[in-house]
Amino acid sequence: MSSLTIIDDGRLTSAAATVDSNGVRLSPDTLHTTLGWELKAQGLCRDEVCIPVAGRSALVNSDGVDLAAFADLLQRPLALDLEERVAYLGASVAQRSQQLASLQAPDFTLPDLDGRPHSLSDYRGKKILLLAYASW
Amino acid sequence: MLISVALDCSADDPRPFVEAAQATHPCLVDTEHTLADLYRVINVPTVLWIGENGQVVRPNDAVFANNALKDMHGIDCEVHHAALRAWVKENTPPLRQEDVKDLQILPTLEEQQARAEFALGWYLHQQGKAEAAERHFRQADKLAPFDFTIRRGSMPIRGMDPFGADFADLFSEWIQAGRPYYKPIPTGDQGAD
Repeated sequence: MSSLTIIDDGRLTSAAATVDSNGVRLSPDTLHTTLGWELKAQGLCRDEVCIPVAGRSALVNSDGVDLAAFADLLQRPLALDLEERVAYLGASVAQRSQQLASLQAPDFTLPDLDGRPHSLSDYRGKKILLLAYASW
Repeated sequence: MLISVALDCSADDPRPFVEAAQATHPCLVDTEHTLADLYRVINVPTVLWIGENGQVVRPNDAVFANNALKDMHGIDCEVHHAALRAWVKENTPPLRQEDVKDLQILPTLEEQQARAEFALGWYLHQQGKAEAAERHFRQADKLAPFDFTIRRGSMPIRGMDPFGADFADLFSEWIQAGRPYYKPIPTGDQGAD
């Protein structure tokens, strides 16, 4: 077991994991404490949501839960660097698409140039022109 | 009101522009490309309009503040300015709600995977792991070759010139691919009833 850095949609955590050329495995307990998902009889569960697991042996064995199979099940993109022992779990297509298709502008909080945080929702009630630009 | 978000590596990147403009609106900096991920921003400048109730009333569009580079991109800023004035001063909705949905382009699996690879590359770069970061930037490039926020946006991080030969190559590939971008937003009298 070694330490794995997991970035869960921007949230940084560290977890004990088995990392080898076959990928990354976390114990079910570690999966629960670091990513909030729990293996139960009815499937992979978080709060009130449970996702049925068809091929349980592909997801979990005696070495733990396979992180790539976990990401597949949630349909979330997983970027892995085995050498540096870092994993990044991004947002699923479904999550982003549902947000966009609702037309409700997703809220965000970002700092200004002096580091003061601003949320889009701070400006609710105004017409907003949101501009993305860059120095490059 | 205007909210500007710089998709840059640090607050010091947009600072000269903000100071030169003597900007008084919220000038934010997005080093993690949060906005690009949430709104499927694939290039800059990208503008979208949000109404008082928090609903997007005009989706992602490439618009410019002036016509200085019109010969290159062919976009007349006056069209956007006129629609913006009508929305702000006369409350004229720019589009029907169903048209806003039709004009949106939703992300693909490859694009979301590319964002994850880019985010991992950026994290590794900040940890001083440039070689490992490069592996993931390259993978992101392959998955989303015409997402300029990824491919051009990673150039300064990777020691490449975002205004030099690497950008010229990207621009040439993009033109050959048919200039994939946002859906063009109708102009004229196609606005809401």
